[in-house]
Amino acid sequence: MPTDIQAPSFDYAALSPMFIVFGAAVLGVLVEAFVPRRSRRRVQIVVSLAGLIGGLVAVVLLAGHSSLEAEGAIAIDGPTLFLQGTLCILGAASILLLSERSLDSSGGDIVTQAAVLPGSREDLQLSESQGIQTEVYPLALFSLGGMLLWPAANNLILSFIALEVLSLPLYLMAGLARRRRLLSQEAAVKYFLLGAFSSAFFLYGVALLYGYAGSVDLGDIFDATGRAGSNEVLLLLGLAMLAVGLLFKVGAVPFQAWTPDVYQGSPTAVTALMAACTKIAAFGALLRIFYVGFGRTEWDWRPMMWAIAIVTMVVGAVLAVTQTDVKRMLAYSSVAHTGFILVGVIAVNREGLSGTLFYLVAYGFTTLAAFAVVTLVRDSSGEATHLSSWAGLGQRSPLVAGVFAFFLLALAGIPLTSGFMAKFAVFQAATQGGATALVVVGVVASAVTAFFYARVIVLMFFQDPAPDGPTVAIPSAYTAATIALGLAVTLVLGILPQPVLDLADQAALFVR
Amino acid sequence: MSTLLAVSEPATEYVAATGTLSSLWVLLALPAFGATTILLLRGRTRTWGPYLAIATCGAAFAWALVSFLELRGLENRSVDLHLWSWIPVNGFQVDAGLLYDPLSATFTLLITGVGLLIHIYSLGYMEHDERRWLFFGYLNLFVTAMLLLVLGNSYLALYVGWEGVGLASYLLISWYFWKPSAATAGKKAFIANRVGDVGLSLAIMVMFATLGTTSFEGVFGSAEQLTAGAATAIGLLLLLGACGKSGQFPLHTWLPDAMEGPTPVSALIHASTMVTAGVYLIARSMPVYVQSPDAQLVVSIIGAITLVIGCVIGCVYDDIKKVLAYSTVSQIGYMFLAVGIPGAGAIAILHLLTHGFFKACMFLSAGSVMHGMNDQVDMRRFGALRKVMPVTFGCMLVGYLAIIGIPPFAGFFSKDLIIEHAFNQGGTRGAVLGTVALVGAGITAFYMTRLMLMTFFGKKRWTADVHPHESPAVMTGPMVLLGVGSVVSGFLLVRGDALVHWLEPVLPEQEQEHVFEAITVSIMTVGVSLLGVLAAYLLVHRKAVPHFPPVAVSPLTTAARNNLYLDSLNESLLMRPGQYLTRMLVWFDNRGIDGAVSAVAAGVGGSSGRLRRLQTGFVRSYALSIFAGAMLVAGSLLLVRIGP
Repeated sequence: MPTDIQAPSFDYAALSPMFIVFGAAVLGVLVEAFVPRRSRRRVQIVVSLAGLIGGLVAVVLLAGHSSLEAEGAIAIDGPTLFLQGTLCILGAASILLLSERSLDSSGGDIVTQAAVLPGSREDLQLSESQGIQTEVYPLALFSLGGMLLWPAANNLILSFIALEVLSLPLYLMAGLARRRRLLSQEAAVKYFLLGAFSSAFFLYGVALLYGYAGSVDLGDIFDATGRAGSNEVLLLLGLAMLAVGLLFKVGAVPFQAWTPDVYQGSPTAVTALMAACTKIAAFGALLRIFYVGFGRTEWDWRPMMWAIAIVTMVVGAVLAVTQTDVKRMLAYSSVAHTGFILVGVIAVNREGLSGTLFYLVAYGFTTLAAFAVVTLVRDSSGEATHLSSWAGLGQRSPLVAGVFAFFLLALAGIPLTSGFMAKFAVFQAATQGGATALVVVGVVASAVTAFFYARVIVLMFFQDPAPDGPTVAIPSAYTAATIALGLAVTLVLGILPQPVLDLADQAALFVR
Repeated sequence: MSTLLAVSEPATEYVAATGTLSSLWVLLALPAFGATTILLLRGRTRTWGPYLAIATCGAAFAWALVSFLELRGLENRSVDLHLWSWIPVNGFQVDAGLLYDPLSATFTLLITGVGLLIHIYSLGYMEHDERRWLFFGYLNLFVTAMLLLVLGNSYLALYVGWEGVGLASYLLISWYFWKPSAATAGKKAFIANRVGDVGLSLAIMVMFATLGTTSFEGVFGSAEQLTAGAATAIGLLLLLGACGKSGQFPLHTWLPDAMEGPTPVSALIHASTMVTAGVYLIARSMPVYVQSPDAQLVVSIIGAITLVIGCVIGCVYDDIKKVLAYSTVSQIGYMFLAVGIPGAGAIAILHLLTHGFFKACMFLSAGSVMHGMNDQVDMRRFGALRKVMPVTFGCMLVGYLAIIGIPPFAGFFSKDLIIEHAFNQGGTRGAVLGTVALVGAGITAFYMTRLMLMTFFGKKRWTADVHPHESPAVMTGPMVLLGVGSVVSGFLLVRGDALVHWLEPVLPEQEQEHVFEAITVSIMTVGVSLLGVLAAYLLVHRKAVPHFPPVAVSPLTTAARNNLYLDSLNESLLMRPGQYLTRMLVWFDNRGIDGAVSAVAAGVGGSSGRLRRLQTGFVRSYALSIFAGAMLVAGSLLLVRIGP
């Protein structure tokens, strides 16, 4: 029986950012196979950076484009391009962090053979070897490709695929730490198990919504919500399950439990990638699904999101207060920031969308650079992440401590930093959107977060250093460039935010 | 009373600045540059800082002269210079700008002119001071703030300058801060000024609440819309501010103590310029006072009370600077008395100018005496200095003749006119105020003669190690110039009613009935003054001056020696309740606010510790929390749809 299947039409130009990054990832796999070991690292760095910068160039060339591609499965519009551009820059910065070799005596924070049993004889040999691991580059690129695709996915099946494409490499990368390997492997397994668990929720939600609307296209689901007589329970349960999957990835309470453990266990460069890029991609997908697919049912999901935002802000801020590990503290701070970003999402107006986009840029750069600073403070066993060893850092190396203090102030939302403008943007949008109570909670939670950020600053500058405290390693140009980039963006967005605000405002329109 | 008609001409139009006047801001920028340079570079300016300060002040004086000449050539002499939008908030628009009109031009010349002379004098007076550069930095800071005070085109700009001169005054009174008396005097001045400043800030708020603007143009343009109550409230609140700054009853007590500062400071800030800012404020606000005759009367009464208090207390002090300080209090009382008389605002400014010359001249002379007498101030240790310090004596003599109002010295013209205007108000008001002013002139002559006799005449009563000598030219030069001003300024300003006409656009004159002819008043004034001189000669000069103040004295003298118990009055009225209030607030802060803050912090920390236990590290419990969360999310979505 002849079936009449028409080949879907693709506008390759509009999809080029993703093609370029995925192409670079595939090329990276080929490099692993064919390029000799000596020059492999250098070639991988070049391929990765070229792929991401190429992706960025493609995004810039596409600026202003707005259309549905691939039979309506992919939306190339303002938010997509805005977030893809941001992800390309932050991804390139993460690649730089992964390439750092001069901090650790053995060269690099990425272990050569992750599968070796920690504590075994092979492991001891491994810790002394100077071998390097280059497969992490294609892994990171595949993950970044998935991140570029997720905010663009206008179809729930494609959305799920993007989610898995970005997650699977991350599960592996979480286990690649050269130091404290047991912790790293534990983080990888936890992340994988919980990620799989939440993906199941997401997929179940897709199935329920297919039952409701007869389609997995967000546009079709939106149309279905306008028709009377459908099964509302299917819609609401499907929405709830989708929300669980999305809120897990952005790290909202009560789906945040993995965040501190995984952030702490992963190699810090990978943590930086997760904290900055995964959050941006996940929020991009969340915005598209809620604004495009469920724009008409906002009165159903807004109360739930209100509650999630409030507990996320409060729990993130309160739990961070008692943390003693700088990476765990930053993890809880990222949870609190998830809550602040959700405030912008809940506004459900154009200001809310543009404010959220701006917040993601500001937060991404600051948090990536903050984690980059964490990699610099080291003692004999690797990174010294316990807060007590950061005491008096301001006297030992005022520059590093000063830069870190600046990032902390930005995360706390002090004026003249990007964090203040970002918070101002989302809170203002939420006030206009009628969520004043939420803004009040947000401001109170900000005050609590300011406490633990300031505590670290006090620790660094107003306490005497411990006699056997950590040293600050001199980074190579890779890390230095990342920190400088983060510093510049944090400062410029705090003082002259208008161009980026305008850009976010122009981008804040979803194509249906 | 019938002829005292309110002036109902339209409010003066302000025109935009052109020509040289469009860069009027340079006037402020010059001393501001000097102050910032010196205060930022600190000790590095040790050698050249003082000269920089003198140069900026001199340049400002030159600029003021040029601007003044330019203004004279203009038809409409109220020039407004918009600088930038200062507070661009919805419904609260304040522009930063300057207003240059005859009144501010007059003050600008006084401030930069006398300021320049005193800058130069300080070069000699402060020669041996280690922190000389800092002193000059503060002087420049003062000149900047004072210029802003008189040039600002809104009450808010005036307020900034007002606080700025308060700061400079505080810093300079406490110059010898290692002396407890100087430190206390600085604090006293600061706090008394705070009391006044509350009045000024409240007045500005009332203006904004009733008229919606704080610019002079806006306030004066719509002053006629003010209700009588609002106008009186604004007038009295402004008066409170003026009393604080100008040392008027009941806030005058800080001014004599302010003499703890170096003598050039006393001359510049606490005699000629800053303390007259209150007179400026009231003269500037004349359109508001025109709306409220009651407030104007209160201004006159406060002036009259202060005038008497200053005279009486001035009679008993032996400290040469304290006597001059009380005479300042008393002379500013005259200015308040005059500025409160409808239509006599220009006369008040006239006395302010002549007083600026002769009081600065006398203070600098007193400083010269102290310079030669190892910084002693007790007149009972002076005597017979006339021969040793001829120039100083000459300058002091000129100032003395001016202040007691002997023609043709400057003070005669201004004081005589004040007394004449006071009498010419007619009725009880005229009789009382006129008499007080006349009697005050007599007492002034008495205590100033006493000062002259005890310092320059009689026998030497010097302490053993003192070798008086004439001061260097850098000090006597400015004294002589100010002395010349004390002689001629009165005549020049009065001739052809020059000043009155010049100030006409800002302070309109009014026709008055004539209770006394001008010549009668002049004869009475000079006569009363001569009586005072005679009394002082008989009481002080005929007997030897005792080395220590006599103990058995009349109750009035005792009271005067205790500042008429007004310090105690202020202490019990303001200081004690203030102290109790702060103690109460501290208690509340410790128990209430700090308690609440600590409790919140403890609560956050505690709940953080408890919540942390949920983070067990087991994947199973994490998965359970995700599952429970999913249930809650689904449940809440269903509940929202089905619930209501």
